[in-house]
Amino acid sequence: MKNNLRPFAQLSKLASACAFAGVLAVGAVAPAYAAGAAQAISVKNPWVRWLPGNLPAAGYATLVNGGDKPVDLVDISSADYGSTMLHQSVANGSTQKMVMVDKLTVPAHGEAQIAPGGYHMMLEEAKHKVAPGDTVHLKLHFSDGETIDTAFPVKSPAQAN
Amino acid sequence: MFPVTFFTRLWRSCAPHFAVRHALRRFAILVGVLGLACALAGVLAGCSHKEEPWHLTDVSGHLPDLDFTLTGDDGKPVTGSTFKGHTSLVYFGYTHCPDVCPETMARLMQVLGKLGPDAQHVRILFITVDPARDTPQTLREYVDAFDAQHAQGLTGTNRQIEELARRYRVAYQMEQRDPKGNYEVTHSSAVYIFDAQGHARLLATDRDTPDAIAADLRRIIEVRS
Repeated sequence: MKNNLRPFAQLSKLASACAFAGVLAVGAVAPAYAAGAAQAISVKNPWVRWLPGNLPAAGYATLVNGGDKPVDLVDISSADYGSTMLHQSVANGSTQKMVMVDKLTVPAHGEAQIAPGGYHMMLEEAKHKVAPGDTVHLKLHFSDGETIDTAFPVKSPAQAN
Repeated sequence: MFPVTFFTRLWRSCAPHFAVRHALRRFAILVGVLGLACALAGVLAGCSHKEEPWHLTDVSGHLPDLDFTLTGDDGKPVTGSTFKGHTSLVYFGYTHCPDVCPETMARLMQVLGKLGPDAQHVRILFITVDPARDTPQTLREYVDAFDAQHAQGLTGTNRQIEELARRYRVAYQMEQRDPKGNYEVTHSSAVYIFDAQGHARLLATDRDTPDAIAADLRRIIEVRS
């Protein structure tokens, strides 16, 4: 974020000084830059573990927050699946259960792992046949208003990532 | 200590200003002492063999032998004795489980990979705790997606599954249905390892690495051959 700001240092200063109006002005002058700077979150290593038939699949990724404030993953949507939910596998003694999760906080300058045995995006009701080797798209919606459309490679279930 | 001392002396004796014959004599002594030390170590190892720790949880004598009557993923009846002669890895799971079950199965695939040719002595039994949804065909597709050669899915009546789970102290519980009628099953994530005679030997959890599981499995497979 800081790197992006450097070439626009003047504009940035103006923006802070003029607060809201200034930010709008920067947005108007350089929309591409404004969009890049607003996106604190990036998605690393996305993948889907495929299961046969109509069994629910799981999507995994690492969410990286380059910003100064924590950002929550608040919703997942997809044109490829009828149902997409954030779940968490929780161990209780020797047993495992799944619970639905409203949000996942990505700490400032930190990351959140959506990985096997913990958080996962439960993907159900595939709209078309999905097989290992395919790519599906999931839209990740964040509390800062950002939506990241991410391509998830679909892998065979025996593949551990 | 002895062999090390003698080795050091041998090394010194090999220095050019010592006679070769002298070095040879030293070497002969070293071989003798080493032989004695090895014999002694062998006796000690033999005595303490049972004490060698396992990476996994040793359940020998604490759980009943592999004994059940269920339905295989080909729809045919299967009993515990079907798997005699193989080291069996038994996992209680269900196919509508997108995270923990496939992750466990994937880890077992890694274990098979590490075993190499020894994997032919191993069978993975995926026993469903959700017989209502897991038909033999669903199970067949499921295990085939991982490994058609070593893995087999097993189902049965509610009562058969309940009895088996009680026998191995596996906890599982159906959770509430969502508006679409879907439900999750809370279940034990351990993998039970039985030797070729069907005796319960080890328990692997999701905290055990594929390396640790493979190392212990090799010991169980070796005893057999």
